[in-house]
Amino acid sequence: MTSKLSSVLAAAKAEGRAALIGYLPAGFPTVDGGIRAINALIEGGCDVVEVGLPHSDPVLDGAVIQTADDIALRGGVRIKDVLRTVQEVATAHPGAAVLVMTYWNPVDRYGVARFAADLAAAGGAGCILPDLPVEESEEWRKAAGEHGLDTVFVVAPSSKDERLAEVTAAGSGFVYAAAVMGVTGTRSAVGSMAEDLVARTRATTDLPVCVGLGVSNAEQAAEVARFADGVIVGSAFVKRILAAGDDEAAALDGVREQARELAAGVRRR
Amino acid sequence: MSEKDYLPGAQVPDARGYFGAYGGRFIPEALVAAVEQVAEEYEKAKADPAFAAELDALLKDYTGRPSPLTDVHRFSAEAGGARVLLKREDLNHTGSHKINNVLGQALLTRRMGKTRIIAETGAGQHGVATATACALFGFDCTIYMGEVDTQRQALNVARMRMLGAEVVAVKSGSRTLKDAINEAFRDWVANVDSTHYLFGTVAGPHPFPMMVRDFHRIIGVEARQQVLDRTGRLPDAVVACVGGGSNAMGIFHEFIPDAGVRLIGCEAAGEGAETPRHAATLTKGDPGVLHGSRTYVLQDEDGQTIESHSISAGLDYPGVGPEHAWLKDTGRAEYRPVTDDAAMQALRLLSRTEGIIPAIESAHALAGALELGRELGPEATILVSLSGRGDKDMHTAAEYFGLYDEPGAGNASGDNTANGGK
Repeated sequence: MTSKLSSVLAAAKAEGRAALIGYLPAGFPTVDGGIRAINALIEGGCDVVEVGLPHSDPVLDGAVIQTADDIALRGGVRIKDVLRTVQEVATAHPGAAVLVMTYWNPVDRYGVARFAADLAAAGGAGCILPDLPVEESEEWRKAAGEHGLDTVFVVAPSSKDERLAEVTAAGSGFVYAAAVMGVTGTRSAVGSMAEDLVARTRATTDLPVCVGLGVSNAEQAAEVARFADGVIVGSAFVKRILAAGDDEAAALDGVREQARELAAGVRRR
Repeated sequence: MSEKDYLPGAQVPDARGYFGAYGGRFIPEALVAAVEQVAEEYEKAKADPAFAAELDALLKDYTGRPSPLTDVHRFSAEAGGARVLLKREDLNHTGSHKINNVLGQALLTRRMGKTRIIAETGAGQHGVATATACALFGFDCTIYMGEVDTQRQALNVARMRMLGAEVVAVKSGSRTLKDAINEAFRDWVANVDSTHYLFGTVAGPHPFPMMVRDFHRIIGVEARQQVLDRTGRLPDAVVACVGGGSNAMGIFHEFIPDAGVRLIGCEAAGEGAETPRHAATLTKGDPGVLHGSRTYVLQDEDGQTIESHSISAGLDYPGVGPEHAWLKDTGRAEYRPVTDDAAMQALRLLSRTEGIIPAIESAHALAGALELGRELGPEATILVSLSGRGDKDMHTAAEYFGLYDEPGAGNASGDNTANGGK
């Protein structure tokens, strides 16, 4: 059976374009405001959304997402709120694939089987767990498989070829190529590492390869879309919301407009 | 797990870095290659007699090992008459046990061809030791330290800068050790080609818990023989403070097969383990994943880390090394909470009875020894890891005990204890 995530990515491919994947943390700036913001990403043109489950110790995130996580956690966001976010977004946009992205400990603490069951029940399509390497992932993958969830693994420029084969064999949905060495955050240049990593990853798998490296504008999205199956954008959306301050309408317009520009970028020939 | 699994030479941890259910390697893909390189290089170094010879020479001629074993008779009188013996890691170069591990990893860094070292520090002792080794070996050095800790351990910040290190005050989260580790990991992910993360405790992803323990094993190896030579028998108990747990693992490890020797770790209970303000991870925490390994963690029901509190920056950490988690679950070691106040009273007692000012971290072990001595009585012998010296803590102690002159008060006696010590 083809998963929701796979069919959404296949549909983009059938249009001859890369997919646009947007990230925002749940609960940012509030639970309901976060739901509206993630809906705005999809309205603007994101094919897939990653709902962040904020964590107290986001060691892979740069200052922008740390700030958003802090706001969400200080606002009291709970795992049940993250699951409600997934449910509301998935219900409002049945054509989009909704993933959760989080560090491992919240899932571990919630209960691996329970989290997989509740995420699937909420209409979630899968999970990205960037601090859960393949070697530690067996229990999760079993639970995810039982509930029809995809598990997206991350590869990095430092991953050796034999390692890439191991990682891509374990994953499903797509492969997340984190194509710069460093924490999350917007960057001005795409650089050559990304294309090389995508090529090396493709040599090991038929899964789509989507790239995250701090893309923030249509030009960068177009550049990445030429060699990748999907373009992942997170910090740029978070920045828009932070810049809007307390003006929620401006924040929603901002991220919707940004998604629209990026969606045009991935369609550029 | 039976006790025999813990004999030297047994496969502890297993190939994936697990001590029973604890340990492992929960790291981002970007760090997998670097952590594997550390593990491989460490295995090669262990098999290389030249590595051991160079490390031994440094430990002897630079650090000043072996560190002495000191009988503290006047202090013992307060410990129910039990004989208390201090393993004097405070007399190592740089003033704590931390240098043992730092020199080992500095040699490893050179073998890996890396030129830059980063490290986290809480009390500043690991940071000072790391800055020292970087000066000695000619490495670039960046130390991450929580902003709260840069204030309460300002002397060590100055020492690190004097040694040529860059000290970054970390302003995220609780602004203490946990957040310094987060920031060091972020640096490592971005600079892994040139940089070794010289992790300072027996936590983190495999191989760090095993490797850091191995570099500190010398504490227990020396102390066990010194106690035998001095007293003709093994001690009844070995007591050490536990934050991440490096000095405790170092002194415990050689005694693990000695079933008659109790191993007692003293955790920071802050204002009390029953209050929200403590760092008693093994007493009050639950199994989870923090900083790359499965271990006990102070966390809420959603798996968010709870901020710890201790007057001691070095013990102010909501995690603990995975081998301690296993020692706790197997019952081979016991872990007791020690409050800020008990530690400070022990700090003053050792200063006044023996002329030795201990670090506040080590004072937690001293407080544990006082309590244990009163339980065991005068026939008992208690070995205590005096992991560091207290110079760095004089500002905290002076404020705690009111040792500074009130402006214009003219009282320079330094004996301002009439306020009950607070």
